[in-house]
Amino acid sequence: MPAEITTPTVYLRPSKGWIPLNLADLWAYRELVYFLTWRDIKVRYKQAALGILWAVLQPVMIMVVFTVIFGRLAGLKPDAGIPEAWYPVFSLAALLPWQLFQAALQRSSVSLVGNANLLTKVYFPRLIIPFSAVAAGLVDFLISLVVLFVLMLAYGVSFSWNLLWLPLLVLLALMTALAVGLWLSALNVQYRDVQQIVPFLLQAWMYASPVAYSIDLIPATGPWRLLYGLNPMTGVIQGFRWALLGSSPPDQLMVISIVMVIALLVSGLFYFRRMERKFADMV
Amino acid sequence: MSDLAIRVEHLSKQYRIGAQAERYDTLRDVITGTADRVVQRLKPGANGGSAANTIWALRDISFDVRRGQVLGIIGRNGAGKSTLLKVLARVTEPTEGLGEINGRVGSLLEVGTGFHPELTGRENIFLNGAILGMKRTEISRKFDEIVEFSEVGQFIDTPVKRYSSGMYLRLAFSVAAHLEPEILVVDEVLAVGDAEFQRKCMGKMGDVAQEGRTVLFVSHNMSAILRLTQETLVIEKGQLAMRGPTPQAVDYYLSHGYATEGERTWESGEVPAEAYPFRPVALRVRDVRGKVADTIRSTEPATLELEYCLAESITGLRVGLYLMSTRGEYVFTSFDTDAPEAFERYSARPAGRYISRCTLPADLLNEGRYVIGVNASSYRIKRYFQDEQAITFTVDGAGAPGTVWPEPRLGAVRPRLDWQIEVITE
Repeated sequence: MPAEITTPTVYLRPSKGWIPLNLADLWAYRELVYFLTWRDIKVRYKQAALGILWAVLQPVMIMVVFTVIFGRLAGLKPDAGIPEAWYPVFSLAALLPWQLFQAALQRSSVSLVGNANLLTKVYFPRLIIPFSAVAAGLVDFLISLVVLFVLMLAYGVSFSWNLLWLPLLVLLALMTALAVGLWLSALNVQYRDVQQIVPFLLQAWMYASPVAYSIDLIPATGPWRLLYGLNPMTGVIQGFRWALLGSSPPDQLMVISIVMVIALLVSGLFYFRRMERKFADMV
Repeated sequence: MSDLAIRVEHLSKQYRIGAQAERYDTLRDVITGTADRVVQRLKPGANGGSAANTIWALRDISFDVRRGQVLGIIGRNGAGKSTLLKVLARVTEPTEGLGEINGRVGSLLEVGTGFHPELTGRENIFLNGAILGMKRTEISRKFDEIVEFSEVGQFIDTPVKRYSSGMYLRLAFSVAAHLEPEILVVDEVLAVGDAEFQRKCMGKMGDVAQEGRTVLFVSHNMSAILRLTQETLVIEKGQLAMRGPTPQAVDYYLSHGYATEGERTWESGEVPAEAYPFRPVALRVRDVRGKVADTIRSTEPATLELEYCLAESITGLRVGLYLMSTRGEYVFTSFDTDAPEAFERYSARPAGRYISRCTLPADLLNEGRYVIGVNASSYRIKRYFQDEQAITFTVDGAGAPGTVWPEPRLGAVRPRLDWQIEVITE
């Protein structure tokens, strides 16, 4: 029978040390990524009266708060070259990638523990779980992006070809969330302390990123900008503001951001694979 | 290519007990634990000594399964059956040893894995199918068949949280039953649903075996094991106790590990934590003179008693017995609060030590060996404790109706019926 020829032989043995990523296995299970992502999206707004509208309301409400507190009361200014009146658009342009990142990281860090019933019952490449947790935020993001475009029209912002960079910037934000999420989700299986740390981590991270304020506040001289660039979300947000509002383009800090993300992602993948064999026993 | 579906050599699996008892570690534990270990290591003469905190759930198991074979696996609760299946299904890794699996494994370790209560039946079929390793096209193709088999057709677009537990399980089983793996691992699914559906399930399992696929079948239902398998493994305390033709394996299983003195006692370590506050102490079979006995006579009444402790009061508790033949077929089930007066009086039981006792009337059971199972539960609230094979005992048929003819009588009961013979013509 041809089926027998294609049937792979699987070896069960205790694994030692670092384990190859086995991306082919991951590819074979790509439909499961789709279904788990779809489940997360589908379930999130079930039995909520406003449903998917929440995807829009959340960033818009935060934008209003930011505009009142930071824009009016604290008198923070947008980047040089952007009219002060644009503060709402200026903050929303940063809030969208930030919320995408925040939700992705939040969900992925608890994803393994949240899917414990799957981990202990069925085999599939475990990487699928944080992958789909990260991807599940994209629909929300796309919906709120439409709202941002509407708001930009209302403020008379002109659209530029730089918009075409957005998908790459979104990818960078998701990769950042995935990189950190891989580390945290694997750690969370063993140490539930992670769950307690994540909200604090995200709050601190937001203030370390130019979401509510302009990057102009960071001194251009000395080591500060360099340190600031270690945060990949700085590059993402700068990129968004540049592509949408035409502020100054991301500089060489972007390179540091990308190198950071790749280093985190690769190490996260291998750490995850190394811990993977213990998930079912520890979760 | 070899004609073996599964080959397993010296498979062992070790668990840390601590991790199970505490659910999970915290960083603080690790920090203090690491400090302890460093101190330990600095002490001269200390060697690792971690054996105290670990148990071997599986120890040195070797066997193979031919392609197309239906192999039964039996063993008491906690013997390591589930761990073995988890290792074979690649859910967890062995600690030692080697396994080789030729073909796609589909596991029914627990039906309904990944079902989401908020999603509809239709949505869950796709989700669950994907989790079990089916392709989307494959699920679409079999969708109608799955729905029909599950008998939930008209509720297919209702969230499964509104399903009755029977419907839920039927749907879950249907998805799993339509997987087409080369090797199917089945654990305890036949407890699903009503008798009619169980029969369908058994039929489906039989079909799978007929199609030449390999099946590993784990069950406590001896009659199902006997019907579906020719060969069976008996697992005892993580080790392979025997492998043989199923009738022999079942006999071995039923006659080993039970107390044969007519009394079964439970050490506190044997009782799972979720039984709290219920704790079984002893189950005894007493003959007509009140003596604890392994053998009772069919023609005399006997007493079955379960002694237990309640650490806290329980409301709605019922303590009962199952009686089974050694073939695994139920003879009867009875609870101590079956009588309305008893239910009134004992529905709330304060903490304390109790004995629930019942009398088996004379002329009830046929000669042979029987198994008593124990169940302590609150109806629809919680099952505190269950041991389906707590003890076995023998019924001696001497003097029972019909023993004038020295032939075995079919059936589990042997009542002394009041026959009238009416002569109509002479």
